Amino acid sequence: MKAKHQRLVLVVLALIAIVGAGLLATYALRNQASYFYLPEQMLADPPQVGQAVRLGGMVERGSLKTDADGVTLRFNVTGNESSRVPVRFSGIAPDLFVEGSGVVAEGRLEADGTFVADNLLAKHDENYVPKELEGMTQQQASRMAEETTVGLE
Amino acid sequence: MIAEVGLAALWLAAALAALQMVAGFLAVRAGDETELAGLIRPAAVVQGVLVSISFVMLLWLFAVTDLSVKLVVANSHSMKPLVFKIAGAWGNHEGSMLLWVTVMALAGALIALVERRLPERTMQATLAAQGVVSLGFYAFLLFSSNPFERLPTPAAEGMGLNPLLQDLGLAFHPPTLYLGYVGLSVAFSFAVGALLTRQVTPDFARAMRPWVLGAWVFLTVGITAGSYWAYYELGWGGWWFWDPVENASLMPWLAATALLHSASVLASRDALRVWTIMLGVVAFSMSMVGTFLVRSGILTSVHAFAVDPERGSFILMLLTLYIGGALLLFSLRAGTVSEGERFAVASREGALVFNNVMLSAILAIVLLGTLYPLVTEAFDVRVSVGPPYFNPVGAIFTVPMLVVMAVGPLLRWRRDRLDRVRNEIAIIAALTLAAIVLFSLVAQVELLPLLGLALGLAVGVGSLLPLRGRKLTRVPIATWGMVVAHFGIAVALLGMASESAFSKERLAAVEIGQSTTVGPWTITLQGVEPVAGPNWTAIEGRMAASYAGGEPTIIDPQARNFWAPPQQTTESALVTRWNGQLYAVMGDRAPDGRWQLRLWWKPFVPLIWLGGLLVAFGGVLALVGRVLADLKRREVVRRMASRRAEQEKLA
Repeated sequence: MKAKHQRLVLVVLALIAIVGAGLLATYALRNQASYFYLPEQMLADPPQVGQAVRLGGMVERGSLKTDADGVTLRFNVTGNESSRVPVRFSGIAPDLFVEGSGVVAEGRLEADGTFVADNLLAKHDENYVPKELEGMTQQQASRMAEETTVGLE
Repeated sequence: MIAEVGLAALWLAAALAALQMVAGFLAVRAGDETELAGLIRPAAVVQGVLVSISFVMLLWLFAVTDLSVKLVVANSHSMKPLVFKIAGAWGNHEGSMLLWVTVMALAGALIALVERRLPERTMQATLAAQGVVSLGFYAFLLFSSNPFERLPTPAAEGMGLNPLLQDLGLAFHPPTLYLGYVGLSVAFSFAVGALLTRQVTPDFARAMRPWVLGAWVFLTVGITAGSYWAYYELGWGGWWFWDPVENASLMPWLAATALLHSASVLASRDALRVWTIMLGVVAFSMSMVGTFLVRSGILTSVHAFAVDPERGSFILMLLTLYIGGALLLFSLRAGTVSEGERFAVASREGALVFNNVMLSAILAIVLLGTLYPLVTEAFDVRVSVGPPYFNPVGAIFTVPMLVVMAVGPLLRWRRDRLDRVRNEIAIIAALTLAAIVLFSLVAQVELLPLLGLALGLAVGVGSLLPLRGRKLTRVPIATWGMVVAHFGIAVALLGMASESAFSKERLAAVEIGQSTTVGPWTITLQGVEPVAGPNWTAIEGRMAASYAGGEPTIIDPQARNFWAPPQQTTESALVTRWNGQLYAVMGDRAPDGRWQLRLWWKPFVPLIWLGGLLVAFGGVLALVGRVLADLKRREVVRRMASRRAEQEKLA
């Protein structure tokens, strides 16, 4: 094989592998990226049962309960006032997870309409607002900003 | 006064970088006969000195907590322990950018002082390219994020440092990664310099290689330390989350790994010229993309600190300028770089090319997965991309790469036959199969961890095979470096696979005096007490942990509260044994008065970070080996020259 040819073959092979990786990645991303839902979206157009998704909103005041086992939390995530999704989470809630604060729950919807969270993402400091919540209405956002900076001492 | 000295030194350094750039480009255009050319090396050296002075001034301001300086007020507090005051100097945006240019200028000074192998013109072009890159960062500092800015009236007290950052590991984590990023920017300058003068030679690869090696070692240590920090500090019990900030450090590492191997081929066999240049550009692009992702706050991350969208756009502008410029230069010049040596598919070069391509494919997958949420957000669809995407898709390319990695080092350069190494291949294949059968019989192990365990064994054995039949004392240090680094990959892989295959978890609410179990461990909660530190208070759980009924160890995980700024952190408690780690986290108090505990038994999990450190140590060995070989060669050249001079004198 001539030197020129070898270089060409190498370039072509590298291109095939990298373009292949790109195509594979795009295909997988369309299927496996977990989608983000606000409560009203989840109620209007629920994801498939068992599909990995994220649910983001506010922890409804007065809804936080602990089961008899002491480690299972139940609460509602609200978006607009009327929409609420019940959430179940077994584990230690993250720092600063309180009623009325913003939360993003990673998990899946069950057949009975309960969202089972594997993981809760809450803010790490008083300024942290989950980026996914930025789309909430102005009123909600300002309310959350207010509530997330008060009462943490 | 101190702040003003720092600022003045920074302006002067920037002026020298401009001089270095202009003089360098004029010299390259005119050949090396211009008068300005003599200024390039001294400019680089003095620039390094000046910017170091500037950085030391900033350290000083933080050490004494000068509350008339805005940056100190925003990121420090007089009550902080001294080591965190000093680390506070780079635990913020402005300071970390100053650290960046400081390291870059010092690297430039070092090149100017010691590098004599490259043709002088390529050297000048390299320093000119370096001037361009640093000038962008100087402009950034001086015009939009001046670290020495004074307040109109001094503050009474500082605002503190993010408590998550008040951790010794983390204080030194960002600078470690930065050293890696900066090393890659030096490699980038070499690549641009060589393109400008069209001299892509083995000498160029040898000059660039120590910088790539150094950058790669720092990136490896940084990623390993970052992973361990996330593991013990965030209290989630996980070691890798495919978080954008983690990916931001992984992507340059993947590119640097590929670059390291292709530069080796170029240095020792004079092949892969254009490909090496391309990787030099890509590797630095990835560190810029990483900086941009981390600093702009454009992606959600638990690790992103010092985030500011306005600065993000400045970095984006620099990114476009540098990468766009380099790619343009590359497309204009790549065709004119002359052909290197040829090699057969079945050869050391062939294996390295294969792994280079696989690494690039993995890089593409990580990059796409990291940027995908940005793209969909433009269409108002919010998605998050995590392990369900990265693990299987990445594995498609990682698995063949690991297979070739086990065999590649056994092959000869230039041309080889696979049947020459068939015994070795048989050993590796038999081991892999045996491991797959064994582990799938012993325990229910999922596909990916199973492959990880099998390939970990195969790569571990394969990495030692190049030593077979050689006298160990005569193996070159650089070869030891390769063996150790490859072995480290195997060790880390075994740790990862074992963690995901065999971890046990227990979540329980217990009363004081009660016990619970996880795996072979029994844990008894003995008490819960409030404790206080220099700038925090905490709830501390006192537990007795005993392994398989043995002597109990006392552990005390905490849930800490900081007050400046107000924030909570989890201090997990770890018990490390030779065969794994117990991980305990203190939770909240359940309404009925019981305490929540979260416990994990993670067999062989420390191997992940031990492996990472071994990989870095391999890099250090390779670097030492190269530098020593280089010095020896220089000595030989010097002696030959002096002998020739003597003979001429006699004649």
